[in-house]
Amino acid sequence: MIDKNQYLIHTEPFYQPQRNEIALYEAAYRNKLPVMVKGPTGCGKSRFVEYMAWKLGKPLITVACNEDMTASDLVGRYLLDANGTRWLDGPLTTAARIGAMCYLDEIVEARQDTTVVIHPLTDHRRTLPLDKKGELIHAHPDFQLVISYNPGYQTLMKDLKQSTKQRFTAFDFDYPAAELEAQIVAKETGADAILAAKLVKIGNVARNLKGHGLDEGISTRLLVYAATLIHDGVDPIDACRMALVRPITDDADIRETLDHAIDATFA
Amino acid sequence: MPDSVMTDHTRQMQAYWTKLDTRFPQAEAVFDACMTEALALLTPTEIDAYLEAARGIGKLGRGVEPLLEFMTEWPSTVQAVGATALPTVMATIQAMQKSPNSSAMTPFLSTMAPVAHRLQSPELFQQYLNITLDLMARTTGSIHGHHTTFPSPGLPDFLAQAPRLLNLLSLGGLKKWVDYGIRNYHSHPERQKDFFSLQSADSRAVLQRERSGTLLVDVTRSLDLYLRGLWQDEEQLIPYSTAFDELRKPIPYYDQLGIRLPDVQEDLGDIQAIDRYRAVLAHITGHRRWSHPQIADNWSPFQRMAVEFFEDCRIDTLLIREYPGLRRLFLALHPHPAEKACDPETTSCLRHRLVMLSRALLDPQHGYHDEDLNAYVPRFHAALEHGASSTGEIATLALSYVAKTRRQSDQFAKIHFDNTVVDYRDDNRQLWQFIESGDEEAAFDEPRKIEPQEITGLPPRHYSEWDYHSQSYRPDWVSLYEAIHPSGNAADIDRLLQKHAGLAKQLKKMLDWLKPQDKVRIRYQEEGSELDLDVAIRSLIDFKGGSTPDPRINMSHRTNGRSIAVMLLLDLSESLNEKVAGSEQTILELSQEAVSLLAWSIEQLGDPFAIAGFNSNTRFEVRYQHIKGYSEGWNDDVKARLAAMRAGYSTRMGAALRHAAHYLEAQKADKKLMLILTDGQPADIDTTDDRLLIEDARQAVKELDQKGIFPYCISLDASLKAGEDDYVRDIFGQHYTVIDHIERLPERLPQLFMSLTR
Repeated sequence: MIDKNQYLIHTEPFYQPQRNEIALYEAAYRNKLPVMVKGPTGCGKSRFVEYMAWKLGKPLITVACNEDMTASDLVGRYLLDANGTRWLDGPLTTAARIGAMCYLDEIVEARQDTTVVIHPLTDHRRTLPLDKKGELIHAHPDFQLVISYNPGYQTLMKDLKQSTKQRFTAFDFDYPAAELEAQIVAKETGADAILAAKLVKIGNVARNLKGHGLDEGISTRLLVYAATLIHDGVDPIDACRMALVRPITDDADIRETLDHAIDATFA
Repeated sequence: MPDSVMTDHTRQMQAYWTKLDTRFPQAEAVFDACMTEALALLTPTEIDAYLEAARGIGKLGRGVEPLLEFMTEWPSTVQAVGATALPTVMATIQAMQKSPNSSAMTPFLSTMAPVAHRLQSPELFQQYLNITLDLMARTTGSIHGHHTTFPSPGLPDFLAQAPRLLNLLSLGGLKKWVDYGIRNYHSHPERQKDFFSLQSADSRAVLQRERSGTLLVDVTRSLDLYLRGLWQDEEQLIPYSTAFDELRKPIPYYDQLGIRLPDVQEDLGDIQAIDRYRAVLAHITGHRRWSHPQIADNWSPFQRMAVEFFEDCRIDTLLIREYPGLRRLFLALHPHPAEKACDPETTSCLRHRLVMLSRALLDPQHGYHDEDLNAYVPRFHAALEHGASSTGEIATLALSYVAKTRRQSDQFAKIHFDNTVVDYRDDNRQLWQFIESGDEEAAFDEPRKIEPQEITGLPPRHYSEWDYHSQSYRPDWVSLYEAIHPSGNAADIDRLLQKHAGLAKQLKKMLDWLKPQDKVRIRYQEEGSELDLDVAIRSLIDFKGGSTPDPRINMSHRTNGRSIAVMLLLDLSESLNEKVAGSEQTILELSQEAVSLLAWSIEQLGDPFAIAGFNSNTRFEVRYQHIKGYSEGWNDDVKARLAAMRAGYSTRMGAALRHAAHYLEAQKADKKLMLILTDGQPADIDTTDDRLLIEDARQAVKELDQKGIFPYCISLDASLKAGEDDYVRDIFGQHYTVIDHIERLPERLPQLFMSLTR
């Protein structure tokens, strides 16, 4: 039997609600509706899902999707052992069996034909057929499917099929408003409010440049990294360059502009 | 003064005058003044040499001006670069005297001192003299063996401009600029004059290129990002030239069309040029954000000036509030005049007072003791303590400051300007609104209507041309006019295709097996080129588990899609009209057939494809004619244009290549192929140097490579023999084919294309 407890989240993750998303999620969960969380990278999608799993007291199984992932990576496969073969459940099957929340992170990274296997689980049927094994799993009443994706790097090649999209309720996340984001950075790292506000200001400079040479602005996650470094005693300007600018761009002009913004902010 | 001393002095002067040995009355008039200066600056031996040289110049028989100029300029020159330069200066004058360039003597001597002050070292001054002599030697003309008959047309102008040029250029830059002028206008006296007097456009363009500092065009993107990122603002950045207005230096400003900034900025101490641009932009954005126009009619110019200073400070304070780091930048750029620098008894000190106040408003460590100033700084900060205040409120404060500190001397014509220019601030034209346009009650002049000119064609595009002598581009050298090729009868082309029906059938066969590329993996193959490991393991598991394994465990690759954009560039120069040896057809007719077949073939393949022809008649008229555009199919319009193909004029290939590249570059294709069909080497009637256009074409080919375009030349030049040092290889490297039997061109061209794109 699978140990359900290993998937439980025991300590409360810090999550700062932006609007009424917690209540809405709870309503979706009560009615076992699949949920999609959209938003730019590092804005708190995964953190939100983690927080909800903790709040609802349900196990959470996370799958980071990638291009080489096949349907059997989700559903399960036969493995060879000394006596022949043995069936191993995939994460999706496990979640359906034990009644966990299954979180498919960055679902667009998986190929479109792979994602089709989730379809029977996401409508009224709530079943998962294992054709190789000849078994039909009826999902546990607590089971819920959550997917996340980042519409920022949505290209023609990487998008969800309409038939997949239309099986989900969705939350649209964005970077929090400046004051709220400063609170988050402060709370997450123990940085003081003034420093946090300055970091957020630099973050917003980069976000203004989105689409003008930057694919994504500086994420809340990177701001937290920077604050962590500063908290550890690193010089603020160095920390910002290291955590905020160097990771996101190789473009000399943009780097220079952001460096200047850092100099101008930390007088 | 005692009499004896007086007489001594007079006697001494008399001795000098005798030594100068001249009878020009004008010289006598300035002699005393010059000698007083010389005695202050020169040693006795230098004085002797000075008088000796002056005597020599006076005896040259070139009038009094050279002597006067030398007398007045030399002491000051010595002050800057020392007296060691005298022999070479005299040698230069001798050289001018011996050549027909004696008229350049006066400008040479008259700008000698400013030049010396700019260069400040004997070595650099020597180099300047060398440049002068070089220019003189190379531009002094001789025609058919008459020795140095004509004076250098550009030399006097150059010498007159020299101080100004050295203000803008380093000596190295000056040398390049001079070289450019000599090389390109050597045989054109009028143009040469225009060039060296900075009248011609390319003279200014080259000057601009050689200038030191950071050019606005190079940092425009950074500054756009800066505006957008830090200030959420967006505006066109327009450069204005700082090189040609000496008296009224333009100041940054903004209007509906955009933000005007100087075209070049130098680093200032440890402040980088780009930061100076950023400071200007920040200040202007501040105005755009927080300033509101005030009605100016009832305020005096002084009041307006004060309001501008106060408002500028308000803006800067708000900017610093937003980004505290700007304080360091602003203070580094803001002048910090000494408190006692201006004497209010003799000079108008208003500017000085306002700049000190402005400094104090931004800099807590200003260190000024003036009472009024120290009273107004807190009042200013109090006004801004809560929120952003407003232009109106700050104007009231400014007016009260003017009233409080007013002095009679503010009206004086002599104004203290030193160290009072805050150069990151704009001219505040947006701050003022005038209700009356002028004092005149009635204005009769209607705004003049400009009749729109009739447009007869597209305006020319300008392309630079590579000059291999200097390894640099001649900016905007060639004017290229593009147009759609005139049409003829499309049926002619159909007839040509009919004639080659057999060949077309052969080609068709080749086209069919011209398989597209682009590899795609095909999985689940029973027979394939490679084992697909994932599937193989899965099958093994199935096999061991007792179920039927999937035998399709191989994979193979197939190619998919063909993404080539083609540009066919035809040389339509006069030589195409020649008949091919042993045939009744001209090269033009054969080309026509070949191009028709090629176009038909490419149409079969479905590659995007364009055809254009070019010829040239000097650099002012390169014609580029569209025969087929990318969006057009192989239809009757195109065939009609092809049928009307005519040859004439010369082959200036570089510009045509660049222009064709500009179209091909915009195509979305993995591979971009430019085919150039030509029958001879690049040449034009205004170019005597054969290598020049060849080198330019070669450079253009390099540019194509950089743009990801693959150039390929099909040469019909029968004179090219294998192993000879030929120009086609120089231009195109290995990317060319010479077609020996031109009559086989219709067959060879499509084949060549296919083998290139296979």
